[in-house]
Amino acid sequence: MRPFTYERPKAIAEAVSMARSEGAGHVNAPVQYLGGGTTLLDLMKLDVMQPTRLVDISRLDDRLLRGVSRNREGLRIGALSSMAELADNGMLARDYPVLQQSLWLAASQQLRNMARVGGNVLQRTRCPYFRDTSYSECNKRIPGSGCAAMDGVNRLHAVLGVSDKCIAAYPGDWAQGLAALDAVVEVLGPGGARSVPFGELHRPPGETPHIETSLQPGELITGFVVPGEPWPRSLYRKVRDRESYAFANASAAVALRMRGDVAEDIRIGLGGVATTPWRARTAEGMLRGKPLTEAAIRAAAEAEFAQARPREHNRFKVALGPATITRALLEAKAMEV
Amino acid sequence: MLQPTPPVPQPLENMGQAIPRYEATAKVTGQPLYAADEPIARPLYAFFKTSGVARGTIASLDVRKAEAMPGVMKVYTHRNAPPRKAVKHIMTGGYMSDTNIPLADNRVRHDGDIVAMVVADSYEIARDAANRIEVRYAAQAPAATFGSPGAVKKVPEQAQKNAKKAGDFAAGWSRAPVKVDARYSTPTQHHNPIELYATTAVWNGDQLTFYEPSQFVYSTANGLAEQIGVDPAKVHLVNPYVGGGFGGKGILTQRTALVALAARDLGRPVKLVLHRKQAYGLTTYRAETRQRVRLGADRNGKLVAFAHDGEEVTSRADDYMVGGVENTVEMYACPNIATSVTLVKADRNTPGFMRSPPETPYMFGLESAMDELAVALNMDPVELRRINDTQKSPISGAPYTSRSLMQCYDQAAAAFGWSRRNPRPLSMSQGDWLIGWGCATATYPTNMMASTARIRLTADGKAVVEVAAHDMGQGAYTAMQQIAAKRLGLDPRQVTVRMGDSALPPGPVAGGSMTTASAGSAVHTAAGKIAARFGGAMPAPNDLDDAFRRLGVTQIEEYAEWWPPGQGPQAVRALYKGSMGGGGGEEGEQQEGNAGGGKPMMAAFGAEFVEVRIHRLTREIRVPRMTGAFAAGHIVNPRTARSQYLGGMIWGMASALLEATEVDAKRARYVNDNIAEYLVAVNADVPQVDVILVPEVDTKVNPLGVKGIGELANVGTAAAIANAVYHATGKRIRDLPITMDKLLV
Repeated sequence: MRPFTYERPKAIAEAVSMARSEGAGHVNAPVQYLGGGTTLLDLMKLDVMQPTRLVDISRLDDRLLRGVSRNREGLRIGALSSMAELADNGMLARDYPVLQQSLWLAASQQLRNMARVGGNVLQRTRCPYFRDTSYSECNKRIPGSGCAAMDGVNRLHAVLGVSDKCIAAYPGDWAQGLAALDAVVEVLGPGGARSVPFGELHRPPGETPHIETSLQPGELITGFVVPGEPWPRSLYRKVRDRESYAFANASAAVALRMRGDVAEDIRIGLGGVATTPWRARTAEGMLRGKPLTEAAIRAAAEAEFAQARPREHNRFKVALGPATITRALLEAKAMEV
Repeated sequence: MLQPTPPVPQPLENMGQAIPRYEATAKVTGQPLYAADEPIARPLYAFFKTSGVARGTIASLDVRKAEAMPGVMKVYTHRNAPPRKAVKHIMTGGYMSDTNIPLADNRVRHDGDIVAMVVADSYEIARDAANRIEVRYAAQAPAATFGSPGAVKKVPEQAQKNAKKAGDFAAGWSRAPVKVDARYSTPTQHHNPIELYATTAVWNGDQLTFYEPSQFVYSTANGLAEQIGVDPAKVHLVNPYVGGGFGGKGILTQRTALVALAARDLGRPVKLVLHRKQAYGLTTYRAETRQRVRLGADRNGKLVAFAHDGEEVTSRADDYMVGGVENTVEMYACPNIATSVTLVKADRNTPGFMRSPPETPYMFGLESAMDELAVALNMDPVELRRINDTQKSPISGAPYTSRSLMQCYDQAAAAFGWSRRNPRPLSMSQGDWLIGWGCATATYPTNMMASTARIRLTADGKAVVEVAAHDMGQGAYTAMQQIAAKRLGLDPRQVTVRMGDSALPPGPVAGGSMTTASAGSAVHTAAGKIAARFGGAMPAPNDLDDAFRRLGVTQIEEYAEWWPPGQGPQAVRALYKGSMGGGGGEEGEQQEGNAGGGKPMMAAFGAEFVEVRIHRLTREIRVPRMTGAFAAGHIVNPRTARSQYLGGMIWGMASALLEATEVDAKRARYVNDNIAEYLVAVNADVPQVDVILVPEVDTKVNPLGVKGIGELANVGTAAAIANAVYHATGKRIRDLPITMDKLLV
């Protein structure tokens, strides 16, 4: 790990002013916020990230950053809530099971104790060619250097949202639920506060895979708002090789509002298969207002993956993705709520 | 559904007491010092810069930024590294796991080869400095594995020498009315012990003490002495505990000499802890295999022809060979047998021993093929094993000293509920989960090598046992304690055991499952010599004081040497040199249980049954329960034995479903080189494992009647799971690990 300056501001405003910096996109800014540190410190030890200054926000005791609250507009979650704290939240488990389960099924208890949900949505890819600086080809680390994953080991890489420059999968779980439920990201930065629709937070790799989010240097996620009524008929289905403590080969965050057999509203977020938290709008569109049969789900799920671009080792995700959607929706439909 | 097995099994016939582990309290209270924990005054810290290509030369190497960092003492590269003597590979009579000498020239020979070593005041500075070394390579296209351009096939002399043959395979095969001809493959795997690979070197004048996890301290110390040109008497290795070894810590690697010589050069102790990912290239691993199995049977299921052909990957530098076909063809009665092994040399580091090196990959092939044959015969797979069970070698005709395979099958099958199985694939399910049941044979040869031991008994009834054997967590301390206590008539709690130190009398490698049989026999012999001082029968503990007084001494110390039948005192001389044996090179070959030529056949056996559940849509594979029954002669301690079997079956399950090192075929590099992406089983993967200890008496293997058990239980599991997956889905997966992608296509 390279030496860096460590700052511990006493208030959010001070933190934001300390974090003002230059850089192309948030993740490569020389100044980084330190929350739980579970991604940042790991990547600093691996020499992948080399920030010169860390602004430790983990001890800020600002109400804006803490806790879970509900009002007429919906649910609000402070960004410094730990994953463990929310995974143990009974109200979330009852009214937003998709959100609670996505946290409960992520990482390990030790990591959930440390990691904060604001930083979690910015968790960086597990692509091994990105995480190891001895590989000379990685467009995400070194723009324009190439992509070793294209002809390397790519079993866990993305099939949706990929570009010729990058196929790295977004690794997290929590973001899928937020994407599905149309969450809004509250951001505070040098230019003041703004709101970002969750679907606009992450940027597909395109020509610039090193720019992963629409956050600007110095901007801080302060919370998430999930608008509208609760989603008790919702769940997170994570499919992985190992039963626990593994990244998803595919995952589906689904939420339903049913009238009889008909899906009046339907939300599907996908993980493990895409470069960003993926909203399956094609499948949603085919199923909204229709009876939710296995055949109909299967057809819609396969349509979502018609745009998939697999590589040598991740071809199975084109089958696994639709299977995961199908299983998740059938299980959500069968929930007793 | 969760019914935990009683943690302390009752001893059955021919089993010792199930006393708690010797070092249990120390371990759960964090007292043991592992190699890197050893407190050292003012150490320096080393960190390697490792290569980013698998083959080529270093075109430029700029260490100026690293050298300029405050706290950096020295940066070693091929331009200034201390010379080391070339020492032979372990399989050709030497000590090394890999004969490629890093930093000897500017060539890069495999992924993660050492290109520089930074020594600094702290670990953090050393690692940061290593990151600032700038290397450019003149890279060449490497050969990664089977089928890679540039990979070279070779049939080593040893493979030809060890090839086994009976009758006329071609003739038997052509006549067989029922045949299975199938190809299987097993992946690269790395040991990934939780204790990282570490070395600390401390010079005191011309005396070197070093701390390093080792499964064979005499070999590691002697090998290092030879490499750096120092009298072996002046090299002392201290390592009382090994935090998981699995074969990876059995043989000297090239890192140790670099650390020792840097410590001498800089005049201060130097400590190195390999980063987990560096262990992938700088220690050994289980090489990938490809196999062809041909089984021919008559219509009643009797085998009439069996050929097992294997291909294994190794490095350019060394011809490491696993060669498990020599053992698989001893499993069942069959008149016509043939084997072959071919090495494929690629741009890789040299592979090595990993838990049950030959049996793990090759029994997967055989036991999968046996299941395929049972399907082809429309016969119960247990009955197929019964029909072909044998009490003698099909090659040499020599009898097994004992073999309780079918007793294991019958007890495990009954406990598992096998009779309720509908043999038709896809016939059992619950909700959205397809259910499959499968079984397979486990086996491991009874290996032994020479050992010495020293025991000191004092008049207060306390004994100290000393032998440079090793405890990697398998229960060796406890076994030595119990063996000595039994022969000396003492309560085990009165016996202290010292191991894992090259200043102690030499013991065997902690490999080949031979510690209890070998070191235990030496301890038993030494204890017998003490008993002889009292006329052969030990006085009762309360009478010891008087007995000592009558002898006019306050303590009795005896040293004993023991060697397996068929060997002689030269085996002890070889042991003092840390040689793997008086003759053979490979782990466990000293008294090869399955050697032909009329020598008695010695092996432990087991039968494993598993249930798999596979989701009909997403095809995740889960193993809700496993049952294993094992017979291995005298069981010194049923508690630690059960623990070994539990761990073995869990390892076997992970090996079948999870464990694989991904090798980038273009770059010949290990890609998932960390334990987040290299998956081993976690608790959630292991709901229920039942272990049955089948009593077995063997009066011939050794004086204790002990067979090895550490490498037995992981052997049958992978095939049992593959067979269960077939039963659940109708799909035969012949390529490990069995992952959902293989069931989705």
